[in-house]
Amino acid sequence: MSDMLHQIEPMIPALRRYARSLVRNRAAADDLVQDCLERAVSHWDQRRDTGSPKSWLFAILHNLAVNQFRSVSARIQHVAIDEAGEHEIGQNADQEQKLMYQDVLAKLARLPDEQRAVLLLVAVEDLSYAEAAKVLNIPVGTVMSRLSRARERLQQELERPADHQQRNVVQLRSKP
Amino acid sequence: MSNRPISEDDLHAYVDHALEPERQAEVAAYLESHPDVAKRVASFSDQRSLLRSALAPIAEEPLPPQLNLSRIIESKRRRSSASSFRWAIAAMLMLAIGGISGWSIRGASEAPAGGLAALAQEASDSYHVYASDRTRPVELRDSNELVQWVSNRLRQPVKLPDLTKSGYRLMGGRVVPTAHGPAAMFMYDDDHGERLVVLTRPMTTDQNAPMAPHSGSDFAGFSWADGGMGYSVVGPGAAEQLKPLANEIRKQAQTI
Repeated sequence: MSDMLHQIEPMIPALRRYARSLVRNRAAADDLVQDCLERAVSHWDQRRDTGSPKSWLFAILHNLAVNQFRSVSARIQHVAIDEAGEHEIGQNADQEQKLMYQDVLAKLARLPDEQRAVLLLVAVEDLSYAEAAKVLNIPVGTVMSRLSRARERLQQELERPADHQQRNVVQLRSKP
Repeated sequence: MSNRPISEDDLHAYVDHALEPERQAEVAAYLESHPDVAKRVASFSDQRSLLRSALAPIAEEPLPPQLNLSRIIESKRRRSSASSFRWAIAAMLMLAIGGISGWSIRGASEAPAGGLAALAQEASDSYHVYASDRTRPVELRDSNELVQWVSNRLRQPVKLPDLTKSGYRLMGGRVVPTAHGPAAMFMYDDDHGERLVVLTRPMTTDQNAPMAPHSGSDFAGFSWADGGMGYSVVGPGAAEQLKPLANEIRKQAQTI
């Protein structure tokens, strides 16, 4: 029992972070993580792999999100972003950095769902390629090609001027 | 130094620090002589750290009480002990009712009592009671010990069906009591944690009976008897999914 507690608990912050990219807002993401934890607690003894439960937990979370959205026939929508307002982006970050973070998150949100999922699991959540393949139930080769496409596409977006800069320009021009 | 060419996958693995040190060094050397590729790889690395910093604050937020794991575990435990208490009451009622009705129909219809219908009922009862048990669904997990135990109690060699090809792994089993003597119960589960139960015991009547689906039960199931031994398999889900498993078990049992 306490073994379960010690193995799952440290993963909760990362699960919340990943959940935030799967659903619209913080409340929905936390509900999703709560469902995931309840399920993990009930099925703990039925885990196949008795190693690190990381990919097992992410897989439960991912499947819950996919099923939930399939059942309401809504598209999985990103997130972090719309709300990644004042408090979510660190308060210590200076203004310029804050804008940069908002910009990258907005652009991340525009990636196709399956590319974003791979990029986040690998580059942010530190899952190995094999673990990411397990979570998404796809071959490792597909993980690699989605990762490559995600990075290329995000890079193209990042090389374009930031969204907020464009907005500022428009505002300035429309002033007079 | 290996002469393997540097692939696109190597470049990503380089960015993600997922290469063996030796390969990491080879990619680094390659990048030194290929500035265009190096620029692209550097931009991926920047992207990676930018994403990590931008998303880090979410993981640093204090957890809301709904995500307190100790609380989740505690409430789960309370719910399951409440439900096992309900099971105990239900089991007592079933025994009482079974005792009374068993007595009243005694002699009325001797024949079907030990037959296939009884076996089917015993198998669903076992499924009901044991498959829902999260703490101790089976008594013995070791398959050798299990086979020896049930073979001794049933006074004949019992073979463990192997369902790995159908995606079910043996969890273990136990001897369960029936009105017709001891029976062997084996439990299996699949990757989704779905459990199924196989029950087998010597038959007093219906010593050879064709496979028949269970009727009037909450769970899907099939029972049959070959050469004096009865078999029954019960599981969640649809009967069509269970049928091939039942056929497989029957085939294996016939090759003892």
